[in-house]
Amino acid sequence: MGQTVTEKIIARAAGLEAVRAGEIVEARVDLALANDVTAPLAIAEFEDAGFDKVSDPARIVLVPDHFTPNKDIKTAGQVKKVREFARKHGIAHFFETGRAGIEHVILPDMGLVAPGDLVIGADSHTCTYGAVAAFSTGVGSTDFAAAMAWGRVWLRVPQTIKFVYHGRPGRHVVGKDLMLHTIGMVGVDGALYKAMEFAGEAIEDLPIDGRFTMCNMAIEAGGKSGIVGFDKKTTQYLQSRPVGSRARTAGQVFASDPEAEYAQVVEIDAGAIRPTVAKPHLPSNTVPAEDLADVRIDQVVVGSCTNGRLADLQQAAEVLKGRAVHPDVRLIILPGSQEVFLAASRDGTMQALVEAGAAFSTPTCGACLGGHMGVLAAGERAVATTNRNFVGRMGDPESEVYLANPYVAAASAIAGHIATPDMVTTAKGGA
Amino acid sequence: MAFEGTVHKYGRDVDTDVIIPARYLNTNDPAELARHCMEDIDPGFVARVRPGDIIVAGENFGCGSSREHAPVAIRAAGVSCVVAASFARIFYRNAFNTGLPIVVCPHAAREIEAGDRVRVDVVEGRIEDLTTGKTYAAEAYPPFMRELVASGGLLPYVKKRLAEDEA
Repeated sequence: MGQTVTEKIIARAAGLEAVRAGEIVEARVDLALANDVTAPLAIAEFEDAGFDKVSDPARIVLVPDHFTPNKDIKTAGQVKKVREFARKHGIAHFFETGRAGIEHVILPDMGLVAPGDLVIGADSHTCTYGAVAAFSTGVGSTDFAAAMAWGRVWLRVPQTIKFVYHGRPGRHVVGKDLMLHTIGMVGVDGALYKAMEFAGEAIEDLPIDGRFTMCNMAIEAGGKSGIVGFDKKTTQYLQSRPVGSRARTAGQVFASDPEAEYAQVVEIDAGAIRPTVAKPHLPSNTVPAEDLADVRIDQVVVGSCTNGRLADLQQAAEVLKGRAVHPDVRLIILPGSQEVFLAASRDGTMQALVEAGAAFSTPTCGACLGGHMGVLAAGERAVATTNRNFVGRMGDPESEVYLANPYVAAASAIAGHIATPDMVTTAKGGA
Repeated sequence: MAFEGTVHKYGRDVDTDVIIPARYLNTNDPAELARHCMEDIDPGFVARVRPGDIIVAGENFGCGSSREHAPVAIRAAGVSCVVAASFARIFYRNAFNTGLPIVVCPHAAREIEAGDRVRVDVVEGRIEDLTTGKTYAAEAYPPFMRELVASGGLLPYVKKRLAEDEA
């Protein structure tokens, strides 16, 4: 009987020969993560339950990234609790303002995740690390507290849906569009409780940043995890991580067996996918960007754990270089990490964006969840490269969020309405 | 484990951003979270809800973020249990881990109306609409989930497991 890559990783972590979908196992956690929203609750639960010692400080990561740099006094108090807990328990992987960035950008970039690892995080977008052939999934604060005390997590072994992307995506179609298109096809609970395995020649061609974007949004289809098979691009990425890091020195490569059992196999023609936008108020509410030219906007946000990597900022800069942000639009750039910030400042990306009229922030989740750094008023509309467009997600419950890739976000910032790069290039030529 | 209360009814895909908006996540105080529970989907909820009331909703209840503040807010608002056609997976875990009783029953979720008086036996999976007199059989808890519930949540379960390992 064949197994999927996800079943193999879970079996390894659970110390079992094999596992079957549906079975509940207790698996060893290679890395457990929490942030400034979820860690304080976990710490309170850990201490209230009477635990006084973490099982292995080296396998715990704490990243205050949501409301940091601390946006108000309450936040400062919450982050202080996390900082003090990290010091008390000798947790070296505590990364705050100035030394870090958004959790799901920095964990793989710092080389903390190796292929075949089992990672849990008290943040729903923890599913991101499937891009390096790890099993990673979002959990709650109590799960994180339990993992700190016990080093383990209970998991129901998920069934897998395999998504096979044929053909070559067209111009300005990136990982974000493949994923929005997929969520539009299957719905926000189309992969509920399941692992999403991404394969096919369009995925083989997809750069690692696009793979991070796709795995990151598995949760938006209800998925437990997203995963891409290990290949040359994975090796290349892992080998460029810091010397001596887990990514370069540890891990085990697993692959799905040809006779592995899938809940479903979905075939997608990647060549037919256009730059895609998810309209309010669900990520599954997708249409081609070019159909939304009558939607006027007030703000554009480029960044987040979904699209806050260097390649994402470069795509926005490619469209905005030498152009100006529309006078009615505020463009906010939220780089994913200090490393991304620095790289963007060195290669001209930051200059192109700032000269076009963008506000360039320090790394933070900030505006993505309506925390700070770009909250929307009632009646305002934003195009964002983020991951959710629920009611009130970026601010007032009467505001609206349209999800898009960085090319579309940048073109929309120029046009003042939703647009593709081709639409603003034509306008320029005609002027 | 049985509860009786008045039903507050919602549709499908009730996400954690409407259960407890992120702007209130700079605290983990249950009483304060409860004051803003369901604020962006049903602003009158907090004033209307009575201790023991029951939420009935469609598919994918609790989708979105991993914030445990969502089940915490619901419980602290006085809700005794949630019946839904299905639950988003992180919300499902969080509910069991923290002791918010939940029941999966698409049939009941479709038919039960707002304002009905309902009695729910969560472990046995029996739902009775006292207003209409109809009864529904819900999905029974798998053995592991029964053990979690019997232990009083995940952390007491972990304590027990750690004690067993030492013995």
